[in-house]
Amino acid sequence: MKFIKAFLSIALTLLLIWALQTKFGPVPPIGRFLSPADGFWQNAESKNILTTTHLMLPGLTGKVTVKYDENRIPHIFADNEHDLYYAQGYITATDRLWQMDIQTRQAAGRLAEVLGPQLLEVDRYHRRMGMVYGAEKTLKAMMQEPAVRKMILAYTDGINAYIHRLHPRQYPIEFKMLDYAPEEWQPINCAFLLKLMSETLAGGSNEFAMSNILKRFGPATTNDLFPDYPMHEDPIIPAGTKWDFKPLPIPSPSAGFMAQMNDSAKRVIKAEGIGSNNWAVSGSKTANGYPILANDPHLDLTFPSIWYQVQLTAPSVNVYGVSLPGSPCVILGFNNNISWGITNVDADVLDWYQIKFKNNKKDEYWYNNQWNKTNRRVEVINIRGRAPLYDTVIYTHHGPVVYESKAKKGDGPDFVPVGDALRWIAHDESDELMAMYILNKGKNYDDYRKALTYFNAPASNFVFASKNNDIAITPNGKYPLKYKDQGKFILDGTDPADDWHGWIPFDQNPTVKNPPRGFVSSANQSSTDPSYPYYINWSFAPYERGKRINDRLTAMQHATIDSMRILQTDTYSIRAQDILPTMLKYIDGSKLNKTQLTALNMIKTWNKDFTVNSTGSTILNTWWQKMYNMIWSDDFAAKDLQENYPSVDRTEQLLLKEPGSKWFDDINTPAKETCAYVINQSFKAAINDLVKQFGKPGKSWQWGQVKKLEIKHLTRQEAFSSGNFPTGGTGSTVNALNNGHGPSWRMVVQMGPTVKGFGILPGGESGNPGSFFYSDMLKTWQQGQLKELLFLQSGDEMSDRIKSTLTIGSK
Amino acid sequence: MLFLIILILSFASGFFLPWWVVAIAAFSAAFFVGKTSGQAFWSGFSSVFIVWIVLALFKSIPNDHILAKKVALLFHLPGWGYLLLITGIIGGLVSGLAALSGLLLKRAFEK
Repeated sequence: MKFIKAFLSIALTLLLIWALQTKFGPVPPIGRFLSPADGFWQNAESKNILTTTHLMLPGLTGKVTVKYDENRIPHIFADNEHDLYYAQGYITATDRLWQMDIQTRQAAGRLAEVLGPQLLEVDRYHRRMGMVYGAEKTLKAMMQEPAVRKMILAYTDGINAYIHRLHPRQYPIEFKMLDYAPEEWQPINCAFLLKLMSETLAGGSNEFAMSNILKRFGPATTNDLFPDYPMHEDPIIPAGTKWDFKPLPIPSPSAGFMAQMNDSAKRVIKAEGIGSNNWAVSGSKTANGYPILANDPHLDLTFPSIWYQVQLTAPSVNVYGVSLPGSPCVILGFNNNISWGITNVDADVLDWYQIKFKNNKKDEYWYNNQWNKTNRRVEVINIRGRAPLYDTVIYTHHGPVVYESKAKKGDGPDFVPVGDALRWIAHDESDELMAMYILNKGKNYDDYRKALTYFNAPASNFVFASKNNDIAITPNGKYPLKYKDQGKFILDGTDPADDWHGWIPFDQNPTVKNPPRGFVSSANQSSTDPSYPYYINWSFAPYERGKRINDRLTAMQHATIDSMRILQTDTYSIRAQDILPTMLKYIDGSKLNKTQLTALNMIKTWNKDFTVNSTGSTILNTWWQKMYNMIWSDDFAAKDLQENYPSVDRTEQLLLKEPGSKWFDDINTPAKETCAYVINQSFKAAINDLVKQFGKPGKSWQWGQVKKLEIKHLTRQEAFSSGNFPTGGTGSTVNALNNGHGPSWRMVVQMGPTVKGFGILPGGESGNPGSFFYSDMLKTWQQGQLKELLFLQSGDEMSDRIKSTLTIGSK
Repeated sequence: MLFLIILILSFASGFFLPWWVVAIAAFSAAFFVGKTSGQAFWSGFSSVFIVWIVLALFKSIPNDHILAKKVALLFHLPGWGYLLLITGIIGGLVSGLAALSGLLLKRAFEK
């Protein structure tokens, strides 16, 4: 009896310990997580920071000094480059280890391994679209370049030195919540990070939907509704710039083969506002006579931030800017001589090829009038709590057949056509880090041009300014040589005429240096006017941000840092300027009720600025959405068209120039709807909707209240996120705050005898929610202010902004 | 006496050993010096309840409780104080049950 009692008690105790040590669903192992010895309490960082600390690490060759400023931004001083990148790896890991781990897993299709079966489809898609295949090739290229190889290996060693020192109780809190451990960093992870950037910026497509549209409406209508150059445009390379090269012969279009598709699905809609701004103003337009450069990349706004600020100094280099956790070097930044920034080009570098297999075995496919062998690659996907999945992917010379059958597709992304091979620039070898390595040390325009030759993907508008008073911009990348519109629709995988025909020579990429207008800029709009001989893409981001930037810069004289800051946070709407007067012209006030009249008055008196407090913004936004849908949703109702409506620009053209167009008619009603009808109806519907949602027209209609913006933690946990806050701006304004995207880093650099940088992150340096530096910069960012960046000339330079110093010696 | 022994053992182990070591400490301490089941359970419970709360506060006070507040939100608790209390109770329960088990096993061997 006594034994039974003792046994029961022991069993109960062990059961309790087991239960508290085990993860149930999303709940972390509760005992371990709450215990002060192992759990989250250990992640609570003290506000008392030692002013000097010392550390010994294996593999360093000299001494490293890290000075932390008031935002805990590390300023790293090393005796040589090896130690510099080693220290960059180590220091970045101390702040961002979990982010580095989860991003690599996302790119490599290894999320299910730690997060369980619900991530399996995400993993399968990344494997099947060739992320691993591309990263392996890129790693090979990186390792062949001695400078990059040294850098990657030192960076990797630095990260691993940190991981090896970590006791499980010191793991970042996310590892404890999700119950897994960090693993050894591999050089290929640096390549995965670049592939992830390519996926974010150049990994979507609407060729599937466009092919279905072509089938339904025919070529004339398709070309009319989806033109190759917009009505409104203000291209990156100023219109009229002469091309001083003899272009290669442009390949002829293939005989044409419309892929027989009858699948139905929804496309991935490219979010407006995923894009970026950058510009550089020549010394002739600035107050101090030297160029000023500005850059704000618009990406997902997350905790931790996508970017990590750092200063990197060794005898051969001294550079400041933001890095990507998981990659050595500064990606956007400046040194004493030059500064540079990046926006996305959105080149057409992802194409689908309809494959004709010989039979169901799919061992052979028809190409160039003969049967060719396919290759197979087996992807092993580990799944937490389940047996691994062995997923076979068929490869043709084009690339992987992402889903060869509907069964294989399962719940995969809707924009991927079944039975098609993917040709994607990210599958190719590339060496983007070499470009960064050269820019980090760059002294002048020639170094800038040399650096760009190494940068393949994602194609980026590289803006440049130097102390020597040069400014330049280059929509740069490795562009496939194609016939016009090759890749607007699904291509014929059997016809060599549809293959990529080599590359546009690097020195014929569009570029401009010191243009007469005294500035260069980009905001993801068309790279060039239609005179550029090559095809880069048929559609780019709408022109409004670019137009506003160019208007302001044209007018600007004696520009200062602050003029640039104000432009970065500008919320004036070119779209409203273009269309609102016409829309208002059609409104028949006699048919409106009292509330609608109040609202009409609100929008009539609005100054077209998407400020936080404006109500006109809210009305225009809802009104436009209603109208856009009323025009197109009837004609594009078929499921296989994937709601791929004509662009905003094309719709504006309809409104401004083709009011008699048949597209205004709702084909589902016997009546004949007109432009005026659609505009009046959509206005009434918009106002009624707003009243329903926000009450009578008034304060509750203010843009900042209506448009929600939140910076979310990567785990999507509310507790670690910012909560909603009111902001101005929208996807088509320079300050493109929209739907969780926006300026993920704002930077302004004044060149001169002494370079001065200003910048701000929407968060903080630390990825630890238990750190005082997790979101210490957020408020400044929200206010649209910048902070002067502390750019030290040497490790001995004193500054009262330095709060603590870490020295690292060799073990 | 039992209370003090468990208190000291769990406090010392809290800095460098896994969290469940408190169970071993409470179990063995009660096995050797435990008297009654009630005394064993409550000594085990209260000592680790106190130790865990003190250790958690060691970390959380210099942190101005910024992390504790966020984690409380994560568990849908109204404040970090509740989180601290739950931390104490969980540690206490494990230790109390372990101490009780230690005592009961000792009883089983006593003829």
